[in-house]
Amino acid sequence: MKGMMAVCKRELKGYFITPVAYVFLVIFLFFSAYLTFKGQFFEARQADLRVFFEWMPLLFVFMVPAAAMRLWSEERRSGSIELLLTLPITVWQAVLGKFVAAWIFLGIALGLTFPMPLTAAYLGNPDGGLIAAGYLASFLMAGAYLAVGCFFSALSKNQVISFILAVVGCAVLVSLGLSTTQNFMASFLPNGLVSALEGLSFQVHFDSMQRGVIEFADISYFVVLIVGWVGACGIMLQERKAA
Amino acid sequence: MIKVKDLRRSFGSIVAVDGISFELGKGEVLGFLGPNGAGKSTAMKMLACFLEPDSGTAEICGADILTDPMKVRQSIGYLAESAPAYGEMTVGAFLKFICDARGIKGRARMEAIDRVVKLCAIESVYHQSIETLSKGYHRRVGLAQALIHDPEVLILDEPTDGLDPNQKHDVRLLIQKMAKEKCIIISTHILEEVEAVCTRMIIIARGKILVDSTPKELKQKHQANLDEIFRKLTEHRKIA
Repeated sequence: MKGMMAVCKRELKGYFITPVAYVFLVIFLFFSAYLTFKGQFFEARQADLRVFFEWMPLLFVFMVPAAAMRLWSEERRSGSIELLLTLPITVWQAVLGKFVAAWIFLGIALGLTFPMPLTAAYLGNPDGGLIAAGYLASFLMAGAYLAVGCFFSALSKNQVISFILAVVGCAVLVSLGLSTTQNFMASFLPNGLVSALEGLSFQVHFDSMQRGVIEFADISYFVVLIVGWVGACGIMLQERKAA
Repeated sequence: MIKVKDLRRSFGSIVAVDGISFELGKGEVLGFLGPNGAGKSTAMKMLACFLEPDSGTAEICGADILTDPMKVRQSIGYLAESAPAYGEMTVGAFLKFICDARGIKGRARMEAIDRVVKLCAIESVYHQSIETLSKGYHRRVGLAQALIHDPEVLILDEPTDGLDPNQKHDVRLLIQKMAKEKCIIISTHILEEVEAVCTRMIIIARGKILVDSTPKELKQKHQANLDEIFRKLTEHRKIA
């Protein structure tokens, strides 16, 4: 536990002693607000954050891999992995420590979008529960994207390669749930397979959660995804840490 | 304190370490010598539990590197060849992280950091970020990291590489000072260093131990200086 905490603390500090955190936060906050106000936030004449949350899956496709790419690529490129894994820290403690640190960082980024609910509250009387569900869904989804990013970060020593692979991985997982993709897939795949693939998408589970319906199936989807990808990341590192 | 039994590791078709065995007790300083690519670093990485051996094992302070790697890592201080560290951190923050990872807290942490900072003479760069340090200071920070928990066993991969002559001298003095209480393995290319600090030397080439002796014995046996002996043994090997 102490090993995991030490890694987590160092990693979280690492975001803020380099410009990574500030560049990330500024860009994330700018685009989340820009896309919301550019979308139908005022025109909808409803005091809710539907438009704001609707953009999250797409925004995360680019933003989360950017926060995740350095986690292991940098460690392997600089050789500091040899230091880390000869301290009394297991691979799993290190993997979890880094994952939790990055997740907390994304939580901070989400938390800093607080002017959005404040704006909605100023303009009308929004449903607090709905907004809370939206944030919970966004946070869980960020964790799932991050787990994908972690895995690809462990795959390559090159941060650019890690970033691109993670973006593609996340984009595939989102696009499976988009209606255009489904229509296309339906043209040559059997219906059962199309709906099975749809069930694998971030989009579908996120949509139902941000509408305020918190179902066990949706939460467990994100949890399984996180456990699976983080687990794969750990196995990958066990095998390739010295490669 | 260290018992190595038939340790073997290959990368693809290249056999890096080919069945080395030796034992080392408290108060001994072992010089690990060999040409580049002889398998010194690979062997040290296995002892530090970073790489797993293909076969064979080793015991350090009573703990097996395969079955109890956590205990091994707690009892050793390891300085890797490139002295890896987190460049963006300051020296102070880095040493605090190492203490956290090793479970050294509160007053003990302060004392441990004070001790190694003085020992490795890095007071002047304490607040500087590691990526801005010169090679010598960088390596000394790596050494400080390896010494912070006052380990019983030290594994140092080329500890004096990149240091100026004065710093080399200081590190050698430091090793000599610690030698009585600890069990130390250092790898090096500098043969005068072996004569200065090591009580025992092992020459390896192509993953195999060629010589396991003391510098004095070896010189007596071959009636030559270490430099000539080293060349004779390893070059002969190459031609064969």
